Amino acid sequence: MVAIPALAVEDLSVEFRTRSGVVKVLDHVGFTVEKGETVALVGESGSGKSVTAFAVMGILDAAGKVTSGRAMFGGSDLLAQSERDLAELRGRELSMIFQNPRTALNPIRRVGQQIADVLVRHGGATRPDAPREAIKMLKKVRIPDPERRAEAYPFELSGGMCQRIMIAIALACRPALLIADEPTTGLDVTTQAVIMDLIGELGRDSGMATIFITHDLGLAAEYCDRIVVMHAGHIVESAPSRALFANARHPYSAKLLAATPGETASLASLVSIPGGLPDLRRADLPACRYSGRCERLTDACAQPLPHKTVGERHDVACWNPL
Amino acid sequence: MNALLDIAGLAKRFDIGGKRLLHAVDHVSFTIGKGETVGLVGESGCGKSTLVRLINRLLDPSDGSIALTGADLAKIRASGFAGNPNRKRIQMVFQDAGDSLNPRFTAAQAIADPLRRLAGLSGAKLTARVEALADMTGLPRDLLTRFPHQLSGGQKARVGIARAIAVEPELLILDEPTAALDVSVQVVILQLLQTLKRELGMSYLFVSHDLNVVRLLCDRVLVMYLGKIVESGPAAEVFADPKHPYTKALISAIPQAEPEKRLGRLRLSGEPRSPIDPDPRVCRFYGRCPKGEPRCSSDMPVLREAGPAREVACHFA
Ligand SMILES: Nc1ncnc2c1ncn2[C@@H]1O[C@H](COP(=O)(O)OP(=O)(O)OP(=O)(O)O)[C@@H](O)[C@H]1O
Ligand SMILES: Nc1ncnc2c1ncn2[C@@H]1O[C@H](COP(=O)(O)OP(=O)(O)OP(=O)(O)O)[C@@H](O)[C@H]1O
Ligand SMILES: [Mg+2]
Ligand SMILES: [Mg+2]
Repeated sequence: MVAIPALAVEDLSVEFRTRSGVVKVLDHVGFTVEKGETVALVGESGSGKSVTAFAVMGILDAAGKVTSGRAMFGGSDLLAQSERDLAELRGRELSMIFQNPRTALNPIRRVGQQIADVLVRHGGATRPDAPREAIKMLKKVRIPDPERRAEAYPFELSGGMCQRIMIAIALACRPALLIADEPTTGLDVTTQAVIMDLIGELGRDSGMATIFITHDLGLAAEYCDRIVVMHAGHIVESAPSRALFANARHPYSAKLLAATPGETASLASLVSIPGGLPDLRRADLPACRYSGRCERLTDACAQPLPHKTVGERHDVACWNPL
Repeated sequence: MNALLDIAGLAKRFDIGGKRLLHAVDHVSFTIGKGETVGLVGESGCGKSTLVRLINRLLDPSDGSIALTGADLAKIRASGFAGNPNRKRIQMVFQDAGDSLNPRFTAAQAIADPLRRLAGLSGAKLTARVEALADMTGLPRDLLTRFPHQLSGGQKARVGIARAIAVEPELLILDEPTAALDVSVQVVILQLLQTLKRELGMSYLFVSHDLNVVRLLCDRVLVMYLGKIVESGPAAEVFADPKHPYTKALISAIPQAEPEKRLGRLRLSGEPRSPIDPDPRVCRFYGRCPKGEPRCSSDMPVLREAGPAREVACHFA
């Protein structure tokens, strides 16, 4: 029997209105996250990772519009929920860690209180217990001297500390689904390991499903179960982490791995991917948005994108995979 | 060697009320030569951003000097630095690319701003230079008319980098400049930095958590722990043969795609010490250090030579 995934995003398309035209940012995006699973969302800067997260959370910019799709969560479609129901879900069952932690925190409230507020609001602790629970959370995310640092305002903390406060807030209410948008970019690798273990623990113990947006492929490989690769608003490949590293099939995924510093000997030996995102305002966008940069381009590539299954939970959207 | 930047005994203590002081940067000394790239790594909260904000004169130091070939910048007050002739010699790429951009400026206006103010450019020359900078940093030109909220994290980061290199400063301070970039754009930026260094002799202070990038880009690396430099040396050597127990733990925690490489990892246990009114006799790493002996809690180790061009602050290294 196949378990029902914690989240199933299907056929999601999003557009933005700008002064110079409509930008088609997401085009029929689909992926699933199982209970207890951590799925990495990786890919080009500007490919739509954050927009995917915002759409699922129901917090798209006012200029943005969902033009197709569903996001099934616990039997209901998040995209069809009223703003009131969504607000109710956010913070209790859905939690998000934003890409810019400092602006996402309340600048004039002490960080310990901000965590306590969330705990009380979502039934994680009673008002009298909340400060103590908040300090426990600070300790879990490795803030030194948590008793005293609970009294600090966000501006008194370092970038990575604010990031950890955001993580503490997001995890405080034990969400069923966590969306973490580059949550560890400001953390050194020893602190990052602690945070990743914490997320992994919540996955195992309470079945939390996690979408982990990152540019660090090594991190994704070590700590995530599966990797979903995005390019220009399309999902081009998704695979178990091991399989993607061992055997990337989409030409873009392969190039991405080749540009990763890892144990490379010199900067000169790293190769960037030529070209960039196509202009997403164009009416005549090619079926494959990578075709303009691809070395494996053939006539077949003008057809609508295929969805080929090339292995166990390994899919690729390419007519001419590696 | 003639240093471009010479930092001596630099300290910043924040008054956090109740007569308590938070020692963010604790008597740090180092130099950066002309055309040299120095990496600064260390635990989150150890004082890296505070240190670079002191050098860029956004904060006033509690102690110490900051010499930029002759001029002692520590004597200039942070509030008066904007009008100082040394201003354009140092530029900075901020840790939070998004927050440091003016929300009312388009990407093009943001990049043009320092060129207009510090280099006196205008008209067609200005437009051409802005477009050239967008190309150099891999920012698609069709994004130049966008406002920050219409750009992705990595697109904003590139605007920040283009702005900072626009006036070709002598010293460029980069606080986690590539954290928000995908690896392909990261390659473009790192290779651009290397070219600028070669062609213009630019020097960099490069703060990063990505140790692989530091290893590839930097000539020398400084490792900080709770306000102090605990190890320094040529980047390749420090990564190949770390001497301080903290540096060892750090390098051992680099994520690895291949499971075999994760074997034998050092994991730190114990609680990190507080930066608030720390005991000057106790090694800052004591309590988490796998080595820690009684001596470490009564006699703080200071930086000492540990081989050619290398320094370490540990009794046992
Ligand atoms: N309000 C908006 N108006 C117009 N375009 C927008 C808006 N918000 C986002 N975009 C565009 O949508 C695309 C996807 O943005 P998104 O923030 O999802 O990228 P991302 O994959 O998260 O990139 P990064 O890794 O750089 O954070 C980008 O090209 C961006 O410029
Ligand atoms: N304005 C301030 N008031 C009080 N304390 C501060 C202030 N700014 C920074 N600190 C403290 O100084 C210490 C060093 O912070 P800093 O931002 O320099 O760290 P960092 O090394 O850049 O960390 P990260 O890698 O997380 O960005 C931290 O303990 C921080 O809480
Ligand atoms: Mg993003
Ligand atoms: Mg910092």
